[in-house]
Amino acid sequence: MSLSVPQVRGQQKSLPAFLSRFLKDPKALIATTYLLLLILLSVLAPWIAPYSPTDQNFAEALAEPSTAHLFGTDDLGRDVLSRLIYGAGYSLYASFLAVSIATLIGAPLGLLAGFLGSWVDTVISRIIDTLLSFPGIVLAIGVTGALGIGLTHGMVAVGLVFSPIMARLARAQTLVVKNELYVDAARSFGASTWRLLYRHILPNAVQPLIVQITLLLAMALLAEASLSFLGLGVQPPDPSWGGMLARAYIYMDLVPAQMYAPGIAILLTALAFNALGESLRVYLDPTMKGL
Amino acid sequence: MKRIAKSSIAVRRLAQVVPVMVLATLVVFGLMHIVPGDPAVVLAGDQATGERIEEIRQLYGFDQPFLIQYWNWLSDAMRGDLSQSLLSSESVSVLIAQNFPNTLLVVVYAMVISLVIGVPLGIAAAIRAGSAADAAVGALSSVGVAMPNFWLGMILVSFFALSLGWFPATGAGSITEDFPEAIWRGTLPAVALAAGGIAEISRQVRSALLEVLSSQFVRTLRAKGLSSRTILWKHGLKNISVTLLTVTGLLFNRLLGGTVVVEAIFAYPGMGNLIVRAAINKDFPVVQGVVLSMVVVVVLTNLIIDILCGLIDPRVSQK
Amino acid sequence: MSGAEGKPLVEAQGLKVHFDTDDGETVKAVDGLNFSVMEGETFGVIGESGSGKSTLGRAIVCLIRPDEGEILHDGCNPFTLSARDLRRHRREYQIIFQDPHSALNPRMSIIDSVLEPLEIIGGADGEERRRRALAALDRVGLGAEFAERYPHQLSGGQKQRVNIARALILQPKLLVCDESVAALDVSIQADILNLLADLQREFGLTYVFITHDLAVVSHVSDRIAVMYLGVFMEMGPAEEIARRPRHPYTEALLSAEPLPLPSAMRTKQRIILEGEIPSPIAPPSGCRFRTRCRFAQAICADERPAFREIESGRFAACHFAENLVLQGENRISGKAAGRASLEQNEGFRP
Repeated sequence: MSLSVPQVRGQQKSLPAFLSRFLKDPKALIATTYLLLLILLSVLAPWIAPYSPTDQNFAEALAEPSTAHLFGTDDLGRDVLSRLIYGAGYSLYASFLAVSIATLIGAPLGLLAGFLGSWVDTVISRIIDTLLSFPGIVLAIGVTGALGIGLTHGMVAVGLVFSPIMARLARAQTLVVKNELYVDAARSFGASTWRLLYRHILPNAVQPLIVQITLLLAMALLAEASLSFLGLGVQPPDPSWGGMLARAYIYMDLVPAQMYAPGIAILLTALAFNALGESLRVYLDPTMKGL
Repeated sequence: MKRIAKSSIAVRRLAQVVPVMVLATLVVFGLMHIVPGDPAVVLAGDQATGERIEEIRQLYGFDQPFLIQYWNWLSDAMRGDLSQSLLSSESVSVLIAQNFPNTLLVVVYAMVISLVIGVPLGIAAAIRAGSAADAAVGALSSVGVAMPNFWLGMILVSFFALSLGWFPATGAGSITEDFPEAIWRGTLPAVALAAGGIAEISRQVRSALLEVLSSQFVRTLRAKGLSSRTILWKHGLKNISVTLLTVTGLLFNRLLGGTVVVEAIFAYPGMGNLIVRAAINKDFPVVQGVVLSMVVVVVLTNLIIDILCGLIDPRVSQK
Repeated sequence: MSGAEGKPLVEAQGLKVHFDTDDGETVKAVDGLNFSVMEGETFGVIGESGSGKSTLGRAIVCLIRPDEGEILHDGCNPFTLSARDLRRHRREYQIIFQDPHSALNPRMSIIDSVLEPLEIIGGADGEERRRRALAALDRVGLGAEFAERYPHQLSGGQKQRVNIARALILQPKLLVCDESVAALDVSIQADILNLLADLQREFGLTYVFITHDLAVVSHVSDRIAVMYLGVFMEMGPAEEIARRPRHPYTEALLSAEPLPLPSAMRTKQRIILEGEIPSPIAPPSGCRFRTRCRFAQAICADERPAFREIESGRFAACHFAENLVLQGENRISGKAAGRASLEQNEGFRP
């Protein structure tokens, strides 16, 4: 069983060709389909969800699943299915927000550190090491506590906590690409630093970053679920999968079934992001050993 | 080729740790200062009078330049004084001393479970690479990594605590007074945490072992006629020990973070509970104290692990 | 390829390039070179791997800064220029690397790679740049159908042609060919060398030709320098160096060349160099070739021989350059031009 897929140098530039090859992998296909459906679901929530996620109805609190409420109701009489659907939007928004921040901060810093070397690299590397020494959630909670609790603050905190991961990867890739001969060639006919970075280094360093982005999306999702569960993320009455789990836990002896749907949703979505990332890795960067 | 003195490895790593620690303390201290608005006002709370705000400003030295404040805070911290909780006025250091051991118990417990189950799983998967068993282990570890650990905790409580009654759903035992009880009470939290740990370790062990087993070096040994068992135990495991140590260090960091959430499920009196309550109530000294002590523990643990790695395989430290 | 008298386009004075390793040691890749490359000529540099010749090539085109000494381009030290002026200046001194594949950005189409230098200097608009790039590709023998392809779709020889087209598009004065044909199949090598010869004639280029292949270098060059462990051992007109070398190292290199003759007719004695090539971190004291030289004497360890002019246009770094009778090649007849043996060099028997 071969460990390393020989790297196909200079893959076709065309997206369609890549997609057709990539989607032949069943894992990738299922993951991508699931995620696209989920995005669609969250965008169409106002039209698809049977109820508003915040409509309370004490008369029907903690009801069993029925035709009226396919997943039953929670302790405030709100329809669980609707909350699940709307919650998807919050979770996806949260994940993309956190990972965008992490990439926008981390990638350029890593690129600069790798490209410029010397003291810039030393300083940035020390900062990366430092931030990575903090247990992620703990630092995120700390930052959230300082900024104020709430979804956006929480995910900004998570984004900050993830940025050293992107930075370290971007730096490692830059170090490799920087020594490629075509960079020297460009330098020899007078390319400026900016051009070298933008035209030569970035496009060739970006693939493992894409893989890492999908993996971070999974981690961000779990982070948001944790923060919302603890009451630090999405604030009630807004629906979130983590928050739903918190409520379900309180009423666990009454209606134990309530805690399964949101948990499964989180698990499946995180699995999908991970599967996507792993499949992308095979096609984009088979030599990466993983962080 | 020069021989590397083993002591110089340790010295070099120690030297690298210092700037990281300094930066880490700066980050922790800086947490209070990224608060939007005047920190004194925030600390004083909603009902505060102008006097109270001024009092707090003096007390915490907010009127002084940032670096002076930092220095004061740091020197206090190094003497063990982490200020008082804004809510209860208890000494933060005392609070941490009470709660950290409980957290550490669960973390270490979870690590032991992860290693005890994860390593054999990884080895088994590597030996039977490509088989259905390997695929099954792979699938399980994918699930383990994607599973929210607090959700797993909830499920464990539902079955093992509420339905079967084998373990308590809440609380922790005293480590010093009744260790067996402490272990019993810490089991469910540790298992909840360990799922991710088992997944991670078995993956890393599998891939590291596969790499060693398919290396040129091992193929030569096989050609010489060494039995598979000998190759596995003598050479395979020795070569992955560095990877294993490194992964353990990373896992420690991850688990420390994970307890924060898991403790909430079990009303477990640990660092997690401490920091979450503090964050909600804007009790900054406690938040800072918890973050600081955790980062110190992580840095020290990784330092020890790095030195151990360097001792086992000097080549590793030459980066 | 024509040689020409003229001004020196490149001058090296006391050139040293050192690299620090992770262990804190210093690799003396180039350790004191003095030479000039005349406009219009082809200056060959031959050496084994580890001789520092690639480092020299990169230093000539300013990809590496000298640690000591300097390289002058047409009398001016390019590193004294401002960063912006340097970027403009460098266009006149281009390099073709050994690995034709790695020298091309895998994500850029061929035409984009070739016209990138034009984008950098600005001036012409998109249409004009494309036109010139296509003309350059055509000049190196690649038709317009190659323009939109990607490097992985081309063969090694084709990729090297693209590199040549790209290097020439800015109309440089000097081209460093760093092992430019070494990675190619033998049959393709001849094609590329002929292309380079044609281009030199057409554009009046000056070449610095770096290689380990003696047959190639003596065929294409006007003058040759023989490099060993960071310094030149010998330098002079190509024909003469091949016919009558003045340095034991050159002699050994020449003797290793296979002759297309049956063994009975071979009159040349094969000289085997003993020992390993020393490390460039700690080259031997005195003459650095002495550890493998069959004529080494005590003085060779004590004193580093100066790179001196022993005849007009002929340089050698050997204490006994004038005295040694060394065997070379008569390239026309294939016979040994002088029957040398240890006996003839009596005073130097080890």
